[in-house]
This record gives sequence, structure tokens and C-alpha cells, in this order.
Amino acid sequence: MIRFDQVTKVLGGRTVLDRISFEVKKGETFVIVGPSGAGKSVSLKHMVRLLTPDSGDVSVGGASIVNTSRAELEQVRNRFGYLFQGGAMLAWMTVAENIALPLIEKTTLTNDEISDKVAASLAMVGLEKDGEKYPDEISGGMRKRAGLARAIIRDPEIVLYDEPTSGLDPVTSRTIDKLIDELREKLGVTSVVVTHDLHSALSIGSRIAMLFGGKIVELSDPATFVKSEQEDVQGFLEAQYITKAGSWERKQRA
Amino acid sequence: MITREPEYYPPPRNFAGRLGRHLLFFCRELGQGGLLLADAVWNVRYVFTKRARREVVNQMYVAGIKSLGVVTVVAVFTGMILALQTGLALRDYNQEVYIGGAVMVSMLREMGPFMTGLILAACVGSAIAAQLGTMAVSEEIAALEIMSIDPVRFLVMPRLVAMAIMTPLLSFYTCMMGVLGGGIVGATQLGVAWAAYIDNGTRNAEIKDLYVGLLKAFLFGVIITIVACHEGFATEQGAVGVGQSTRRSVIVSFLLILVVGYFVTRLLYVS
Ligand SMILES: Nc1ncnc2c1ncn2[C@@H]1O[C@H](COP(=O)(O)OP(=O)(O)O)[C@@H](O)[C@H]1O
Ligand SMILES: [Mg+2]
Repeated sequence: MIRFDQVTKVLGGRTVLDRISFEVKKGETFVIVGPSGAGKSVSLKHMVRLLTPDSGDVSVGGASIVNTSRAELEQVRNRFGYLFQGGAMLAWMTVAENIALPLIEKTTLTNDEISDKVAASLAMVGLEKDGEKYPDEISGGMRKRAGLARAIIRDPEIVLYDEPTSGLDPVTSRTIDKLIDELREKLGVTSVVVTHDLHSALSIGSRIAMLFGGKIVELSDPATFVKSEQEDVQGFLEAQYITKAGSWERKQRA
Repeated sequence: MITREPEYYPPPRNFAGRLGRHLLFFCRELGQGGLLLADAVWNVRYVFTKRARREVVNQMYVAGIKSLGVVTVVAVFTGMILALQTGLALRDYNQEVYIGGAVMVSMLREMGPFMTGLILAACVGSAIAAQLGTMAVSEEIAALEIMSIDPVRFLVMPRLVAMAIMTPLLSFYTCMMGVLGGGIVGATQLGVAWAAYIDNGTRNAEIKDLYVGLLKAFLFGVIITIVACHEGFATEQGAVGVGQSTRRSVIVSFLLILVVGYFVTRLLYVS
């Protein structure tokens, strides 16, 4: 579905991504973990060409997006939903208006249909009471959930999540995890989740990639990931009190 | 596309390098500003859609009505200063009544649009730059682009239309207030009767002065908006960057208003 081929990106004079290759398969939940500043957000941005690689290639659905025209890029982007790290809600619109925006601007739905859809998606992320509030009036975690509602309002094929659970309380985090899982199971959505929350990564990921020092140092399914012999991975696991003997042995996922 | 690749250039090695880089960047900014202007003008064809109409009215309110207070005070005092200054010089020749012409002509042709431009650059331009800058650093602009909503059509075009309408209107208002201020000084300080003051003014001012003033104001409105939007979109590095963009937008607008104002007068009055 999404393919990185030897992608290199230099930002601020530093090689953030160093010849990275991987492929996200259709219908899977691909998780990218790694410490802050490892280039997780940067790799996510490459998938919708908010950034272009200095060298190497990024393709979506078999076609390279690195040099496409504006119209073609728009087609590609329409297949994506993107949850930004801070939610990226427009400050002068209410939460409900923000979520309705892609529908109003890009679809021919009637006002009633739009408000129904918005109400349903607000309920789905547990913000049914907060639709009329402005983004500044709700907490960071709520903004993030609102951003999630906006990202999936047009039923995209692929959803990119930039740290969907960071800054959320554990209970809400698990709700979000469940939501991501549901989208995959019920609608066959392909997801790429960036996180440094390993608990979340291990419970929702079909495969986990660890970015470190501009490279992918480990790429495997959760059960193998916790047993990794890689030093950096082990350090990362230990820092979050995850041991190999945990309950991470679970049924294999597509 | 509005969201640009972040750029990095190693620090220049010497003075010549720094100078050359400033020059290159200046040309590039000019080019990018020009492209943004062209793009925004091209998008004016969507101005009658429901959202755009509402947004234009909203921006006109923000730009016009909210700066009315400060515009009024500045305009009245500009007129008063002009009247007092020329009046004191003319008193030596017993020609105080000519302050009417002096105030009206210079308000219409130069001071009206100029003062309006500076005030709007400081109040409205800076606010636009700060708002779009904040949006850029919090990835809201990127979010719009992912949703295939064109930020130029969505954000720049309504502001451009609103300012292109509002600046000439405000400029005309400034002129009237300036003439009023001059008249007050004439009547109270220089012994020029109100009727004689207005009569002298209308006899000396031509309709061309009014048109040139309005043209200037229109250009200033366009300049302020495009500079502010360009600086806002180019914001990087969080809150610090927003501060820088705001400051730069005010400085660049001021400079362009001065330069463009001079050349319009030069073109239309010196033959
Ligand atoms: N716009 C930018 N300009 C310069 N450097 C950047 C930019 N965006 C990201 N970087 C650098 O790229 C690195 C990776 O950033 P990011 O992908 O945001 O990290 P994270 O893995 O925490 O999401 C960081 O070191 C950051 O300094
Ligand atoms: Mg990040």
C-alpha cells in the first residue's frame, strides 16, 4: 500500500531518515515507534508528500508520489486521513464545524446528512457534549480526539496517526486504541500509527518498526518485537517496563 | 502548495556571502509574493460562494470597523498638524486661508492613503501574519492541504478582497477626518472661517487627487494582505517564528507602502 524505498531526508543539516525502506501492507496496522526526534513524524509526512525525500522513492498503491502533479496528489491525499500531533483544529471554528469542514468543502452531502455524520463521529470519540466548544476551550487530549474524528470523517482507506495517545489518560488511550482496531476490523482501514507508547504499539500493531538514529533497527510483529536482541529496542522496552515474559504472545494478525 | 519544505543553509562564511544571500532571498521573497498574489487573484472567482462571502464580510468587519477608532484619532491629528504647520508658514504672508487647499490636497493625494496604510499594516497586517503563522506552526495549514482545501482560496482570497475594498473606504474616511481636523485648527487657531476653508479646499483639489488617493489605498490594501499572508505561511519554529513573521510583515509592508506610494505619485503627477 505504502512503500518507502531507500528514503533519505536531511533536515536542518542533520540526516533524519537514512536510506529507509519498508512497506505498509493493505489492511494492516503498521506502528512506528522510537524516541522523540527519531523522525517518526517526518516519515509520516512523507506518505502524503508534506515532505519529499531528498533521495529515494515513496509510493502509494503502487504509484510513486514524489513527482506527481498537483491534481494527482490531491487524488492520493483524498485516500488519506491524517491525525496531526497537536490535532491541528482551526481555532476560529467550533469542534463540530471543524469536523464538518471536509464534508462541506469536498462532498455534496446535504446539511442534515452532514450534521448526522458529525454527531455520530463526535459520539464515536466521546465528544458528544463538546461539539459547540472551540478548540481552545477543550483539553489537548480532547483536541486530539476531535482531530481523529475529522481525520476519519470521509471514510479514508488509509489513516495516519501521529501520536494518537500521547497526553491522554490511560483509559482514553485504550479507547483510542480500540477505535483504531475497530476501523481495521470493520472497515479494513490501513493504519500507520506513530507512537512512543509501547503498550499501545504492542496491543494494536500488526507489525512494529523501530526508528533509531535515522534507521529502522527492528521491524517485526509484536511477539517477535518484545524478544528482539537489538540493544536499542531492549533499552526502549525496559524503559517502559515491558519484559519478554509479558502477555504479548497473542494471536497473529493479518 | 503552501506548506514548503523546511530549508537549511549553513551559515555564510564571510560578509560577501551574507550580502549575496540576503540579495538572493530578497528576490525570491519578491517572486513568491508575486506568485501568491497571482494565485489569490485567480481565486477571486470563488468570492461569491457562501463561505467566501461570509468570510469577506467578517474580514471587512475585522479590518475596517475594528481599526476605526485609531484611524479617526490619527486622521484628525494629521489634519490638525498639516493645518497648523502650513498655517504658521502662510501667516507671514497673510494667506492663512490657503490651508484649505493644502490640507485637502495633501490628505487626498498622500496623507490619507499613507496614514491608512500604515495603520492597517500595523493593526490588521500584523494580526493576519500572526494568525496564519500560528496556523502554520500548529500544522493547521498542512491539515487543510491534506484535506485538499486550498489555503489560498480558503484564507488569503477573502482577506485580500476585504482589504482591497476596505482600505480605500477607510482612506476616504481618513481624508474627511483630516480635513475636519484641519478646519478645527483653522477656525480656532488661525482665524480661518469654516466656509472659506472648505471653499479654498474644493477649489484647489481636483477630482484626480481623489482617484489617485483611492488607487493608492487599494494598492496598499493588496500589499498589506499579501505580505502578511506570505510571512504567515512562511513561519517556522513555533512561537518565536510567529513573532518574527509578525514583525517582518509590518516592516516589509511599511517599506513597500512608502516605495509604491512614491512611484504612483511620480507616475501620475510628473510628466
Ligand atoms: N521543519 C523542520 N526543520 C528542521 N528540522 C526538522 C523539521 N522537522 C523536523 N526536524 C528534525 O527532524 C528530527 C525528527 O523530527 P520528528 O520526526 O518530528 O521527530 P519525532 O520522531 O519525535 O516525531 C528532529 O531532530 C527535528 O529536529
Ligand atoms: Mg513527532
